[in-house]
Amino acid sequence: MTTSIDFPAAKHAERTAKASPLEIKLRRKRMISSMIRYTVLTVVGLIMLYPLIWLIGASFKTNSEIFASPSFWPENPTLSGYINGWETSTPYTFARFFWNTFLIITPKVIGTAISCTLVAYGFARFDFPGKRILFATVIATLLLPNVVTRIPQYLLFRDIGWLDSFLPLWVPSAMAGDAFFVFMLIQFLRAIPRDMEEAARVDGANTFQTLIYIVVPMLMPAIISVCLFQFMWTMNDFLGPLIYISSVENYPVSLALKLSIDTTEAFDWNQILAMSVLTLAPSLIVFFLAQKYFIEGISTGGVKG
Amino acid sequence: MGGDNKYLGYIYIAPYVAGLLIFTAFPFIASFYLSFTDYDLLSTPKWVGLENYQKLFTRDRTFERSLSVTLIYVFMTVPIKLAFALLIAVILNYRLKAINLFRTAYYVPSILGGSIAIAVLWRYIFAESGLVNMLLGVFGIEPINWFGDPQNALFTITLLRCWQFGSAMVIFLAALQSVDKSLYEAAAIDGASQWQIFRHITLPLITPVIFFNLIMQTVQAFQEFNGPYIITEGGPLKSTYLLPLYIYDKAFKSFDMGYASAIAWVLFVIIMVLTLVAFWSSKKWVYYAGDKRS
Repeated sequence: MTTSIDFPAAKHAERTAKASPLEIKLRRKRMISSMIRYTVLTVVGLIMLYPLIWLIGASFKTNSEIFASPSFWPENPTLSGYINGWETSTPYTFARFFWNTFLIITPKVIGTAISCTLVAYGFARFDFPGKRILFATVIATLLLPNVVTRIPQYLLFRDIGWLDSFLPLWVPSAMAGDAFFVFMLIQFLRAIPRDMEEAARVDGANTFQTLIYIVVPMLMPAIISVCLFQFMWTMNDFLGPLIYISSVENYPVSLALKLSIDTTEAFDWNQILAMSVLTLAPSLIVFFLAQKYFIEGISTGGVKG
Repeated sequence: MGGDNKYLGYIYIAPYVAGLLIFTAFPFIASFYLSFTDYDLLSTPKWVGLENYQKLFTRDRTFERSLSVTLIYVFMTVPIKLAFALLIAVILNYRLKAINLFRTAYYVPSILGGSIAIAVLWRYIFAESGLVNMLLGVFGIEPINWFGDPQNALFTITLLRCWQFGSAMVIFLAALQSVDKSLYEAAAIDGASQWQIFRHITLPLITPVIFFNLIMQTVQAFQEFNGPYIITEGGPLKSTYLLPLYIYDKAFKSFDMGYASAIAWVLFVIIMVLTLVAFWSSKKWVYYAGDKRS
């Protein structure tokens, strides 16, 4: 994964045992080149991450300090932002909103993992009439902007009485509705040789047993990637809850945060920043624990973001 | 798998097919139908023919404004974001020891950037006395009115999305690392400069992922909602009032479902036409391994 461009001329020079003037020149050139690269990358990285560092620092600042200096370091650290922000101006605390988010994410992630694995297995390992057309619909759905189906979906969920419940937020995904994940798992499966599966079949396993005992263990890293991306996207999802959830008691954290902005007193900035940090924390923690899967998933399937 | 019933595969893809019909195909057709109706959620949809579309293109100044803002936003955001992602990927694609560290650091904004919390952060750091203006002040630059000035507001949202260049970068990096190293050696022996190598070897070989990123980022940019909804609320003077916001307001605030569907269809047709143009033009510039053109 981490191999990069080797500069062949330099390598060639290394092979000619003695340090020729050419080699010295090339070495120096390469050193300067990597110094420039490190400098650019570090500066860009700091600029990119500073807003996040500032956010974390500012959430511990007093309100008067937040707009007083560009430093992220709180001069008089306080937890008041967290304590007051957690309470909210509603009858509920953020505990309730995190719980709601959990109730959406759990069935959504599990449902996505199971349904997408089944469907990818069906597409990657079976031939059936109409397969080409059905696979084409996976690609079409991948490119189809959600904006065009959103209104009738809303009407559909209204007619079956699902408004203001969590069902519209996870049921479509639990039916392999996120074409992107299906596509990603198919790509992974195509790269896995079929020998073991065929051996299992010869030994008398049926296709479902083969899936469970042979395919799923090999596909596990990809399935974990799917779960992680779904977790993060659901944490970030705002428009879905905005449309479907109307009562505050059912708000997930994204809506609750928007509510905090609208209802918090004009100068209580640190409460909003503190709650922003808390709503980002789950994604950040999951990312750092499992970043290998993110990078692998994104490199194979290609991801939006 | 050979020898099985040829319908066996259907069992596995059944959830997908059911979901496709219920949650995608049916709503897709229904929204096309609704775009020719007047529907306020209370009565039944009333057929009005092309009236919604006529109104959109002849009498609706908000739509005109929103459409042009959306096009400016997309054509500004996508190229900047992709160019930056490619630049950083090229710099990273070198024998740097810290490549994984940098890759992780650059990827973090992509993980978080779509969230409401980051939109909130953007509101704070680009506020008039916010972090960005304070830092500019350190360098003696006058504070910029990021959100108050219609000229700047849209660009602030572009900056937010460009900040999330990490996912496009990781895809570019994976493609760069899969380029056959012997091609570089051959070119270097022939005396090609680094720029020539990049321009004539690297770039053509990664055109498939450039194409992929271009399509995905464009489709996504056309649907931007969270940024302007939270950061600028569409303002000032509707300078950040992207079409998805207009559709949302029409559908879920004015409950004008027919009209909102018509706007959604215009947006859909624009995205589709651009995607088709991209696919059509890709024959001319996207290089696939094993292809005869060079």
